[in-house]
Amino acid sequence: MEQTIVLKVNGKDWNLNIDPEMPLLYALRNNLQLNGPKYGCGMALCGSCMVLLDGKAQPSCIMPCSTAATHTITTLEGIGNRENPHPVQKACIEEQAAQCGYCLNGVIMCAKELLENNKNPTDAEIREALQRVLCRCGTHTRFISAIKKAAAANPG
Amino acid sequence: MSIHHTDTPANPGRRHFLKTTGQLLIGFSIIPSTFTATHAMAADAVTVDEGSINTWLRIDAEGNVTVLTGKTELGQGIKTALMQIAAEELDVSMKRMHIIIADTAQTADERYTAGSASIESSGRAIREAAAEARKVLLEMAAEKLQTQVGGLNVKDGMVTAVATGKSIGYAALLDGKNIQGKVSGKAPQKDPSKYTLVGTSWPREDIAAMATGEPVYVQDMRLPGMLHARIVRPPAYGARLLTLPEEKLKTLPGIVKLVRNGSFVGIVAQEEYQAMKALKLLQQGATWSKPALQPAQPQLFDHILQQNANSEIVRKNESVNPAIEGAATKLEAVYKRPYHMHGSIGPSCAIAEWKDDQLTVWSHTQGAFPLRGTLSDLLGIPEAKIRVMAVPGSGCYGHNGADDVGADAALLAMAVPGKPVRVQWMRDDEHSWEPYGSAMLLRLKGGLDAQGNLLALSTELWSDTHSSRPGGRAGHFIAGRDLEKPFTFSVGRFSGGSYRNSQPLYDTPSQVILNNCKGPLRTSALRSLGAYANIFALESFMDELAHKAGKDPADFRLKYLKDERAKAVIEMVMEKTQWRDRIKKKAAGLGIAFAQYKNDASYCAVVAEVQIDKKAKQYRLIKLTSAIDAGQAINIDGIINQTAGGMIQSASWTMLEEVRYNEGGILTRAWDSYPILRFNAVPHTEVFVINKTGLPPLGAGEAAQGPTAAAIANAIFNATGSRLRELPLKPAKIDWNKV
Repeated sequence: MEQTIVLKVNGKDWNLNIDPEMPLLYALRNNLQLNGPKYGCGMALCGSCMVLLDGKAQPSCIMPCSTAATHTITTLEGIGNRENPHPVQKACIEEQAAQCGYCLNGVIMCAKELLENNKNPTDAEIREALQRVLCRCGTHTRFISAIKKAAAANPG
Repeated sequence: MSIHHTDTPANPGRRHFLKTTGQLLIGFSIIPSTFTATHAMAADAVTVDEGSINTWLRIDAEGNVTVLTGKTELGQGIKTALMQIAAEELDVSMKRMHIIIADTAQTADERYTAGSASIESSGRAIREAAAEARKVLLEMAAEKLQTQVGGLNVKDGMVTAVATGKSIGYAALLDGKNIQGKVSGKAPQKDPSKYTLVGTSWPREDIAAMATGEPVYVQDMRLPGMLHARIVRPPAYGARLLTLPEEKLKTLPGIVKLVRNGSFVGIVAQEEYQAMKALKLLQQGATWSKPALQPAQPQLFDHILQQNANSEIVRKNESVNPAIEGAATKLEAVYKRPYHMHGSIGPSCAIAEWKDDQLTVWSHTQGAFPLRGTLSDLLGIPEAKIRVMAVPGSGCYGHNGADDVGADAALLAMAVPGKPVRVQWMRDDEHSWEPYGSAMLLRLKGGLDAQGNLLALSTELWSDTHSSRPGGRAGHFIAGRDLEKPFTFSVGRFSGGSYRNSQPLYDTPSQVILNNCKGPLRTSALRSLGAYANIFALESFMDELAHKAGKDPADFRLKYLKDERAKAVIEMVMEKTQWRDRIKKKAAGLGIAFAQYKNDASYCAVVAEVQIDKKAKQYRLIKLTSAIDAGQAINIDGIINQTAGGMIQSASWTMLEEVRYNEGGILTRAWDSYPILRFNAVPHTEVFVINKTGLPPLGAGEAAQGPTAAAIANAIFNATGSRLRELPLKPAKIDWNKV
């Protein structure tokens, strides 16, 4: 049942002996020990498990690894770290845009895709880009401010 | 500043030093290597005596300060606020500060992190301990530096004699020893007007970790040799397992153990996906006997109303009924609140390990100590053999599945000794098994005289319990009730949560009667407990009375409030929203509401603004603005974040949410059937904090829940003329012909 699957994650090729039907999320969290993508619903309804597939924000909780292997995958860890954060990560830290922070992965990954394509998004465009992400603490308005700040810091 | 403060196993020299000098502190760290050190903890643990300074803070050989709190981080930012309090009293910079949250082997037993009480209780204890520590340290320094305490200055833990310029640091004074002494509560505390840290918006350190994918949550813990498990939950309350297709597991790789005890079934596997596949097979083939869930949902409120055998008079006033009977204008209204869900974004998760006759549980519980006691009851092992460590999880808004999954993990860990077992609930488990916020029904009556003056208010309310936490009784765990020899569940008499905020602060005779009732669904604490529905009802009713009296609803409230701080938050939110101008112009629907949470914590007033689309028969919540007085603010930005978040969460409950069920069980088992507010419908928010320097800090985390609900209903009335009294406030309930 297991077979060798090559996943291209955060700029590296990973040879994994795994069940090809296993959703990508579990390979990222358990085989690669990444923390960015999180389990939230397993139904692609909440955005907690968001990753970038060829630069597009996509949930990783239902996509089989065999399909994921055909894409270039980037996780939250792959876009920046504490010392060298991505502008959206930096803005979220500066704006203190989190309460529990569990949804922050989905917010940041969707915002990164948005800012790649739209250097100066409107309030409505930001909301649309984050529509797939659920936040229960009610931090939405801070996320929107942080993303505006990130956009302003990196004008096109 | 980091969340952990730990010795490093790779450096035995330092560990030994710390041990022999009584400074050994091992905080939670998600870095896996440090977990290998934690098993030695029971022997190393210091005696926790709430009266001693050491219980609340320690200073190590490098002058770093570790605060120990029995409370836990739920996403509310308590770690930062408590460190600010200690750093302020000690005059130590925040970069030296560390904190350990609830850990039964190391911290004081502060029961539950609930009721917006952590700043008021743990904050007070830590402030007193820090003040006492400073007093002891300054006395030591005065002796060393040969001067008087009054002649000393402290800057970042360095004590200087003003006359001679000679200095000595806290660490050098202690020379590796603990701070001796008890907390008398009488040590001089810093004058609040001299605060430099408390009352500022010191940033939370943990947000950088969250934003960059560092390990933060119990879900991120990976212990050596850790196994993964799932629970085959019954399909409905009270269901009993008849058959389980165990033979199907033979085809699956990686299965370590199937644990079955009565109707409790757990599957332990080497890898997480293997456990998930096994779960699916077992769920598909298992058969259960299932009692019907009664009453049917359309009859729920009739069923609730019939229950008045278990009533309490919360506030009695003989003059109320005659006053309303004789009033020129009499008003009566019934308000309803459905069952609401916590709906944490990350389902509950716990790790447990049974090793060397010692059980360790890592949990995002609100009460590490009560969980330990309840596990002791469940497993029949003494508390001394159990250690519960609080680790942050996904956002916590009350009693969710955290304790239950802790029990699940403990039961499975006992079956595979020596191996840590990680149990992750599925989304369906959380949605259908978490204890909900109780459905409630409220009947309010009031009277006005001919001039529109308020004569009296009367409230009768019906509610199930808001507190079924596992305070030592294993029947409060789902698993406890499913075992072959089940523990029984009995609701306690606790009813304070049900009538929270039902007694009006308005200066008029009032009375309140509570009917404790039993509904069909599992209920417990959800952020603000009964206050949410009680304030929704009372503040909607005040709006109805103001309308009958022909008065502005904000002025009507102000007229009957005596407390200046209550008036101040209302006046501030009126000013900030330009209430008087805009209510005249009727450009948008505006609604206002007010409450002092628990009638003794933060004062909060909210203005909601809605816009109507008559053609589409929809309304949109444009903005929520609030003013809050939480006494002495510890962290202003923390209060703003909690209040804005509370408003948005309450708006979601208020406009959208309702747990649905039929006789077969819970129907709302995922986000498609239980939608919550998404980004496109979230209102703008604005929060104004009135900082009362020097007054006692007041709990703030739940203050916005009730006022937000009523403000939205009042705004809808203002815009449409429809008075919606049954939550959720769906647009279909508006009489669009009147608009």
